Amino acid sequence: MRNIGGTLVVGLGTFIAVLLAAFAQDNAFRLHMSVVALVLGLATIYMLRQIKFGPAPVEDKSGYMDGPIRVGSILTMFWGIIGFTVGVLIASQMAWPQLNLEPFLTFGRVRPLHTSAVVFAFGGTALITTSMYVVQRTSRARLFGGNLAWFVMWGYQLFIVMAATGYLLGITQSREYAEPEWYVDIWLTIVWVAYLVLFMGTLMKRKEPHIYVANWFYLAFIVTIAMLHIVNNLAMPVSFLGSKSYSLFAGVQDALTQWWYGHNAVGFFLTAGFLGMMYYFLPKQAERPVYSYRLSIIHFWALIFLYIWAGPHHLLYTALPDWAQTLGMVFSIMLWMPSWGGMINGLMTLSGAWDKMRSDPIIRMMVISVAFYGMSTFEGPVMAIKAVNGLSHYTDWTIGHVHSGALGWVGMISFGALYFMVPRLWNRSGLYSQRMVNWHFWLATLGIVIYASVMWVSGITQGLMWREYDAQGFLVYSFAETVAAMKPYYIIRVLGGSLYLIGGLIMAYNLTMTILGHRRDERPIPGNVAANVQPAE
Amino acid sequence: MAEKENPQNEIDEISGVETTGHEWDGIRELNNPLPRWWLWTFYACIIWAIGYMIAYPAIPLIKGNTPGLLGYSSRADVAREIEAAKEGQVTFLDMISQSEVSDIIANDELARFARAGGQAAFKVNCSQCHGSGAQGSVGFPNLNDDEWIWGGSAQDIYLTIAHGVRYEEDFDTRFNEMPAFGAFGILSREEIQTVASYTAFLGGLEGGQDSEEGALIFENNCAACHGPGGLGEPALGAPPLNNAISLYAGNLESIVAQVNTPQHGVMPGWTEKLGDTVVKQLAVYVHSLGGGE
Repeated sequence: MRNIGGTLVVGLGTFIAVLLAAFAQDNAFRLHMSVVALVLGLATIYMLRQIKFGPAPVEDKSGYMDGPIRVGSILTMFWGIIGFTVGVLIASQMAWPQLNLEPFLTFGRVRPLHTSAVVFAFGGTALITTSMYVVQRTSRARLFGGNLAWFVMWGYQLFIVMAATGYLLGITQSREYAEPEWYVDIWLTIVWVAYLVLFMGTLMKRKEPHIYVANWFYLAFIVTIAMLHIVNNLAMPVSFLGSKSYSLFAGVQDALTQWWYGHNAVGFFLTAGFLGMMYYFLPKQAERPVYSYRLSIIHFWALIFLYIWAGPHHLLYTALPDWAQTLGMVFSIMLWMPSWGGMINGLMTLSGAWDKMRSDPIIRMMVISVAFYGMSTFEGPVMAIKAVNGLSHYTDWTIGHVHSGALGWVGMISFGALYFMVPRLWNRSGLYSQRMVNWHFWLATLGIVIYASVMWVSGITQGLMWREYDAQGFLVYSFAETVAAMKPYYIIRVLGGSLYLIGGLIMAYNLTMTILGHRRDERPIPGNVAANVQPAE
Repeated sequence: MAEKENPQNEIDEISGVETTGHEWDGIRELNNPLPRWWLWTFYACIIWAIGYMIAYPAIPLIKGNTPGLLGYSSRADVAREIEAAKEGQVTFLDMISQSEVSDIIANDELARFARAGGQAAFKVNCSQCHGSGAQGSVGFPNLNDDEWIWGGSAQDIYLTIAHGVRYEEDFDTRFNEMPAFGAFGILSREEIQTVASYTAFLGGLEGGQDSEEGALIFENNCAACHGPGGLGEPALGAPPLNNAISLYAGNLESIVAQVNTPQHGVMPGWTEKLGDTVVKQLAVYVHSLGGGE
């Protein structure tokens, strides 16, 4: 009999969720646990149907374990589309407030759904998936711990489902990027520790003498996120059968803990993790050696040492003491070059292969990604300078900055990694269509450029309007007038986001057809030799 | 670096640079040095950071923190800026605080200042209900027109803003309460219909109908406050009914509702929050919008 252990565990989980729902102290918790019971119950039924009686065939455990990676690739695509769609929805709500459909689809509930869907669902699944792919291949070792990888993959998906449904039900602890309540946090902690064990275990049984640079970054990401997640979410639940909890911190200490977390979620989730991705997939696709080993070592250590101190720049000109503001600012400035080290190493790796920019749309995607990485890691330190922050803080400029990083860097490098992995994971001779990759590239790039530039314009307009005084020393604009002035930019933003979403849909179609084993009959891109990939070993 | 001295390391053909001799899944690494400009910019940022930390408050100590050579403090900075801003306005503000609203309006230069200040305060405090152009909305009067519920002279407007309307926390607030003619059983359903269409007729609204019976009910029940023929009485806060301007929806249905069970809007008094000087400026601004008497 196979698959019986996992089925029992999920079944038990369903039972516990039903119990928690039955004894819940508040309605939100009851609803939420019912959702969990439903999801786990459906999973149990599915798994029961998969149980085969009779002798189990001997599983080949000599090769790489790619099952969870295949599932993860599809889920990355899926969450990407969800996240982008919700993004377009909330962008539209900003332009047309009538679209706030009460109570579940109001901006306040859907916005964390968008941020979590893109950062944790799309980005997180992409990171877990690619890290499993990369660590096996660069260590020449099968994933550690048998079915542990499956637990990490599906356990993380359960976290995403709990987080997302919680937001729509109005369950939140109101900490940016850390909205899920205490019980969801505990579940994520369990999954994350399992992930650390999985990754470390695989590294420890590696057959290469050295650990490849991509794995340093992945490991830094996993370890630091564990620390950030646990400290920031320290809280006392009102009831162990209720959805509400209170943070261990209060006042400005609470704000600083939150932004220490929030900033390093950007630093270690969206920067370090994705640098790990870049360090593997970019040299692989370019078929060139990494530019400088020494640069990778220096910028790695500088980056992880400096990043962790820069959080206070989110609280400039607030109740935070001046000394902490100073430190937040100077560490952000010092962070500039360590961040750029990754950009230099990425771009210079292409030296000797720049011609591929013309012929290989995947390389093009990776290069624009690194370029956006460079741009936003320059923009970040600039915005952390107090004089600039006085203008940019609380405005749409911040939103633009985040999106040039998220859409440009995180999104594009993940797309590049998916385009690289999918044909290899399913043993296809190549992608369904190279030209569709090119379409995706141009739509996404155009979308980002539109998005970022309108947010610059609107953010700076907003900041200038807020601080405008007349000759007699009176404020010139009411807040409502500054909101009205944003309307055209908000509409253009919807356009930019939609282009990015359409690009994502094209990718989903292209990869689905690749998985199904089709090949589009199309004119090859001149000079493209990378169209045919070797099947995975 | 040990690898550098190892002559066995492979040389990359395209760049001619030595590799580190490792390979992971086909990926090799070149042994390029750190780019000089990168390194020097990094050093420059660090040196700048140290300089900044010496100049500004930076290092936490057991009690307090290092003050920095410049003696900077963001709180002192704000206090200084507010002080400077006040200084620039102090002459006018003093004059306003010592003058009656009508005297402010009589002094051209002072009135211009008060209007600007009133406009700024209006945008922050009043526009939420009365609209950013003071155009009002259902339940919130338009402040641009000639109709005033509690009087349109500068002094009247000042008193209304200062003490509010039906604002329980202020003893001097503007207060009135129209009886609920339907809910209290003073008028029957038919009588309310009749007097409402008569009122609509007075205001020239759609659905209005002149009738002797309506006129009689109006005379007996409404004219005491709203005046004969619906002229209005600002002293009682009874709005004129002989025009198409209406605080609510301005149709037959809303008049019926109002006679049956009146709504009574509330505006807070602003003196406590904004101070008398700002309230005077607001009065000057609202008075200047076009309908001031």
